[in-house]
Amino acid sequence: MDVINQYTGEKWYYTDIVKDHFFHPRNLLMEKPKNENEFDARGMVGSPACGDMLEMWMKVDKATERIKELKWKTFGCASAIAATSIYSVMMTENDGLTLNEALKVRPQDVMKRLGGLPNRKIHCSVLADKAFQKTANDYFRKTGQNSRMVIEGARVIDPRLNITDKDIEEAVLEGAQTLEDVQKKLKVGVGASQELVTEIEQLIRFYTEKYYG
Amino acid sequence: MEIMKRIYLDHAATTPPDLRVKHAMDPFWSDNFGNAGGLYEEGRLAKDVMQKSRETIAKLIGAKPDEIIFTSGGTESDNLAIFGISVSAQQNFSRLTLSAGAPTRIQNSAAPRPHIITTKFEHHAVLTPCEQLAREGFDVTFLDVGEDGIVNPEDVRKVLRPETVLVSIMYANNEIGTIQPIAEISKIIKEFRMSGGKTFGKQYPYFHTDACQAAGYLDLNVNNLGVDLMTVNASKIYGPKGVGFLYKKTGVKIKPQIIGGGQETRMRSGTENIPLIVGMAKAFEIAQAEREFETDRLTPLRNYFIEQVMKKIPKVVLNGHAVKRLPNNINVSILDIEGEALVLYMDAKGISFSTGSACTSESLDPSHVILALGKPYEFAHSSMRFTMGRSTTKEELDKVLEVLPATVEWLRKVSPVSIDMNAKSMSHPEAFAGENLRVKAKAKSYK
Repeated sequence: MDVINQYTGEKWYYTDIVKDHFFHPRNLLMEKPKNENEFDARGMVGSPACGDMLEMWMKVDKATERIKELKWKTFGCASAIAATSIYSVMMTENDGLTLNEALKVRPQDVMKRLGGLPNRKIHCSVLADKAFQKTANDYFRKTGQNSRMVIEGARVIDPRLNITDKDIEEAVLEGAQTLEDVQKKLKVGVGASQELVTEIEQLIRFYTEKYYG
Repeated sequence: MEIMKRIYLDHAATTPPDLRVKHAMDPFWSDNFGNAGGLYEEGRLAKDVMQKSRETIAKLIGAKPDEIIFTSGGTESDNLAIFGISVSAQQNFSRLTLSAGAPTRIQNSAAPRPHIITTKFEHHAVLTPCEQLAREGFDVTFLDVGEDGIVNPEDVRKVLRPETVLVSIMYANNEIGTIQPIAEISKIIKEFRMSGGKTFGKQYPYFHTDACQAAGYLDLNVNNLGVDLMTVNASKIYGPKGVGFLYKKTGVKIKPQIIGGGQETRMRSGTENIPLIVGMAKAFEIAQAEREFETDRLTPLRNYFIEQVMKKIPKVVLNGHAVKRLPNNINVSILDIEGEALVLYMDAKGISFSTGSACTSESLDPSHVILALGKPYEFAHSSMRFTMGRSTTKEELDKVLEVLPATVEWLRKVSPVSIDMNAKSMSHPEAFAGENLRVKAKAKSYK
């Protein structure tokens, strides 16, 4: 499926797998649960304002810690919907992954299963990963295993604006590839010392390699 | 499998070339191929048809033939008007007062900065050059527009300054089709010009309008509109792509942006593209001849579609003034769903239209036009534009109205979002972000 940008003429190509999951999403939750306890855990990321929002609900086998059900709802484009759908399949197929196994699944693995996503759509696969981390954390909290909660660390890079490495990662995921692109999005490092600018450039290279390399 | 005829509702993006246009162009590819600069017969023939095309266009807009500059389209015409005026004003000033060699852009920090006025919801072909000039040291005012998508002429009056060299305001908006009071704004600019004391010369400020979307439906007479420069392109009026023109009133000083052989009275160098120019003239002639008929035909269809879509689908908001809009434009926000997803589902069902959602833009920014109306981000991501054209029939609209509600209902089941329709306050991405997820405001700041 070719999607053509009206301004740039750039084509976005969606693979047949993306198309299949977009038009026939798996594990979609049709009605939001009326009862809080219907699922063992819940997680949500994004917002309708930023154009992507994802809510996840999970049932876990207490004894084996295998994921029995992973249901979801997504507000977003074709790749966001397809990425969530395939993510939910990856978590629950073959009797389900254990929570430990599930937390090791990376956005790149989701991408691979989808047969790839257009560059500026990579953040869609990250969204499912982030929503699952929050869902898992909710489960650990509810089952009194707070020590197992994974808190994403963020290191402040530009203290004047409280810009963290996570912010730079997000900017790269949104398509920024140069210092100037990142500055356009974050204003980070504008008028800063050479050391700071160098550090920012290194981070951009690191994340660009990680997601696009 | 039954092959369904596709329903094309994206005429604001581009229109299918009219067969009459194609026929008019046919002789100018292989048969008559001459360079209009040639002295011999082939060249004279090319020059002759080019001049006839120029006369046709000039007559239709109430201008003189030598006031028409042929370009490669709307974007080039807009760029030529904006850079051409701004840089020319700056350089003439530098030459007169600083007597230094002509600097390309602003170099002397003591020199006054030329001021440009435009709006927040212009097409990117105007916005991006204005943003670049702002970065290069020009002063640019990006005017707010009303909630109804119409610029208040009094707002223009308030920001005019002695340094103002250019006002650029579109005739009709490309996303929401709202029609701007160009003649009223022109009156205000003329009054201001007469009041004297202009930093860069008494001829300033000039008034430019981008009329690409208006050309098929509105009166383009430059004397009625009172503009000094006007952009029109062929691909929105059933003509070929890659050709447009800039009307530039006699005496208006611009600096050419493409230089070389000196074609188009030195304002735009490059061998003239005769088939495209002939096609544009023919397309423009047909468009202006048929515009009243098309307006009368499409206006009730537009009103019908808006009324039905709001009746059949809950949580739909019309973007832009209900009446002061192009007869072919429908722009609605269908809340709780994201534009790209709906466009692709409808595409699979043979229906084409476009969205202002961030997902389809290169920058991942949602429509700056919907945001300029003061609407929340959610409304922009959910905005859908249906633009009708000569081939559009009521049957087609009924087919869309049959397919659309069920598709929206399905995508609302997929979506976890339920927005309060009456949310008046402007929401920013940060306001909705999950606990630990930090999301940046993606809209550009035009301060």
